[in-house]
Amino acid sequence: MRIRPDYENTAWRKFERFVNGEPSYEIDERDKLETEMEIASTEDRERNEKIEEVLMDAEDIKSERHRKEIAALYHKYQNWPETKGLKIFQRGYRILAVVFCMAIISVLLYTVVYLPEFGNPNNPANSNEVVTTYIEEGMEATGAVNIVTGVILDYRAFDTLGESHVLFIAACCVLILLRIDKGKSGKLSKANQDEQDSDSKYEPKNDKILQKVSFLLVPPIIIYGIYVILNGHLSPGGGFSGGAIIGAGLILYLNAFGFEKTEKFFTYKTFSAVSFGSLIFYACAKSYSFFTGANHLNSHIPLGTPGDIISAGLILPLNIAVGLVVACTMYGFYALFRKGGM
Amino acid sequence: MELVQNFPFFNIVMCLASGVIASILSGKNARRLSIGLVSVVGIMSTCVLGYVLKTGEFYTYMMGHHPAPWGNEIRVGVLEASMALFFCIIMLLCLLGGSKYIAQDIEESKLNLYFVMINLMLSSLLALVYTNDLFNAYVFVEINTIAACGLIMIRNNGKSILSATKYMIMSSLGSGMLLIGISMLYDLTGHLLMSNIKESVATIAANGEYTVPLTVVIGLMCVGLAIKSALFPFHSWLPDAYGNSTASSSAILSSLVSKAYIFLLIKIFYRVIGLHVMIDHKITNTLFAFAIVGMIMGSISAMKQHDVRRLIAYSSVAQIGYIYMGIGLGTTAGMVAAVFHIMSHSASKSMLFIAARGLSEVSGNSKDFKDLKGAGYRNKIAGIAFAVGAFSMVGIPLFAGFTSKVYFAEAAITASPKKMFIAMIALAISTILNAVYFIRATISIYTPRNEHFNDPNFKLAFTFRVALVLFIILNFFLGIGSYPIAQAIEKGLAMFS
Repeated sequence: MRIRPDYENTAWRKFERFVNGEPSYEIDERDKLETEMEIASTEDRERNEKIEEVLMDAEDIKSERHRKEIAALYHKYQNWPETKGLKIFQRGYRILAVVFCMAIISVLLYTVVYLPEFGNPNNPANSNEVVTTYIEEGMEATGAVNIVTGVILDYRAFDTLGESHVLFIAACCVLILLRIDKGKSGKLSKANQDEQDSDSKYEPKNDKILQKVSFLLVPPIIIYGIYVILNGHLSPGGGFSGGAIIGAGLILYLNAFGFEKTEKFFTYKTFSAVSFGSLIFYACAKSYSFFTGANHLNSHIPLGTPGDIISAGLILPLNIAVGLVVACTMYGFYALFRKGGM
Repeated sequence: MELVQNFPFFNIVMCLASGVIASILSGKNARRLSIGLVSVVGIMSTCVLGYVLKTGEFYTYMMGHHPAPWGNEIRVGVLEASMALFFCIIMLLCLLGGSKYIAQDIEESKLNLYFVMINLMLSSLLALVYTNDLFNAYVFVEINTIAACGLIMIRNNGKSILSATKYMIMSSLGSGMLLIGISMLYDLTGHLLMSNIKESVATIAANGEYTVPLTVVIGLMCVGLAIKSALFPFHSWLPDAYGNSTASSSAILSSLVSKAYIFLLIKIFYRVIGLHVMIDHKITNTLFAFAIVGMIMGSISAMKQHDVRRLIAYSSVAQIGYIYMGIGLGTTAGMVAAVFHIMSHSASKSMLFIAARGLSEVSGNSKDFKDLKGAGYRNKIAGIAFAVGAFSMVGIPLFAGFTSKVYFAEAAITASPKKMFIAMIALAISTILNAVYFIRATISIYTPRNEHFNDPNFKLAFTFRVALVLFIILNFFLGIGSYPIAQAIEKGLAMFS
């Protein structure tokens, strides 16, 4: 049923109310009364609340403050280890580390004072039968003029066998860490590919000065390295130092001309083939000599005349093997650090 | 010279060479090579052990054409041969048990490098056991350190690289101290061969010369090797290294690497410095004190762990404490107990690591005890092995750990009264603490929960079952048939001096 908006005020409605005996005040007036009552009641309520507040105030403020204090305290100590604690720890750690190192240094220095005097010919390390025999009979027994090489590659060859495997295993560890592998699809992942591209962008390509200088320097460096290796049993030097020189030459060449040139003759395959070949040769040669030595058999390896290039039995080939391993490892380290591959 | 006498030398060179060969093989073939190598080395070591037991005396083997003080030398006695055999058995079982997880955790293209590390690690372990030359020992300590780093970091996630770095720093510090000690000792005696050094040290100590350097040398060597074998205050690298690497690596690291260093220390005690000189310098008392603290602190740290691998790792700290306590007693009985505990702890700890990996495999690869609840029902053999390992660690009779605790207690009774008192109390406290966390762990894996991890398609690897069954048998063998082993150790130690 539709009702006119002003239906309550129409004449008919007034008449109807009169007939029904309903109260005859106007609808507006009633609204007014109601709102007045409402206001009064809210005022009342507010007044009551105010009174209550005043009553509760003292206690409330007290407890509220207490709660806040606890929260702040908690907050402070919750973050304490990360903020202040860490600072104190770091400072204490540094101080302790310095104190500790100073203590160790002073103990070691104090010890050095009591060690046998340096350079005294009567020291136990300078005068016992081990050292004198090395010097007096070393050349005869090993065929090497350079006694140091004679000691490391003949007398104490087992140590050097271990030492060359230390290099090998170090290279393997760097491979584990740094080699970037192609995924199962045979391609590098996108991030790795981008990295390689950006690396080759920053390669010092076509740097004329570097190229000219290394053009002049690299051949002598490598030849010098070969000389140091081949003369290891005649003059100071040997596989380790010569190999390091050759490795340095290769690194210089790589820096000047980039991976494109070096990859023509040195890839991961070359690396594994060369180090595999030399280490296996080393192990076989030395096992033969250990085995014959321990079983008191004749090893049939001629020592030659001391002083000749081809002399000193196994020392020369072993020097070459060690030199190759060292050179490959040096170059391999550099290439792996540079682009994660060879 | 008989052919058998060549075997230790063959073994070392074979391991070195097959390390190099593995670098050019594919991952699968490298694995076959390694397992074959370890088995062959084990068989050869058995022959050597049989030979040495038969002749009843040690022999030295000249490495090359030059006799000992000039050339290198290895020395084979009962203790060395049995240690080599034992290391081979444990390594074989670790490789078998963890082979599935090695393939899971490591990129396929780098799998062969893992076995390069394994082969060279075995070569260094053998060389450390057999060597009679202090510098030679250092060279193989180096190989061992680098191989251990490789074994940790080859998993190639951030955590394992972080823990490898930690291990590397601490371990290099230890190597450095050992090297300084060796060079000072060379300066004092002019020798590197162990027997010659012992003679010189005996005269030096008798004449009262060089007392300060000798003390410092002993301190440096002991502290260096203590860092490398994770004695209590130097154990900070251990939980990360054992917790984050692949299962076989943690097992090998905990049961072989740290034990080889302890064995080297025992060798230094007997063959280099001499037990009496060591005791006169009070180093045994120092080690004893640290060991006692470690036994208790390691267990307390283990109790706080929610991660099963870290729990086992912290328990290693406590067990290393036991071994050093045996050494620290300074008597032969203590040493026998220490060497026996090296064996029993290796057997139990590597089994625990492999079993824990099997348990977490059936719990969504989580290491948290919340997820591991009920794993004992889902992977039955791993659950049984874990329980056996845990009981062995706690020291329940019939298991390996109990026997070594009995030996420790017997050794402590014959030591000085003060040490006896401390050692007995520490043993009691440590046993209770062990029980608290290991029994809790065992109950936790046998609480039937986490049904959502049940996977009807799950199949255990055959090698895993075999390895764990053999581990359990080994554990019972060490626990029940310990008498001949202890006899052999005693004989070997007598050959040492």
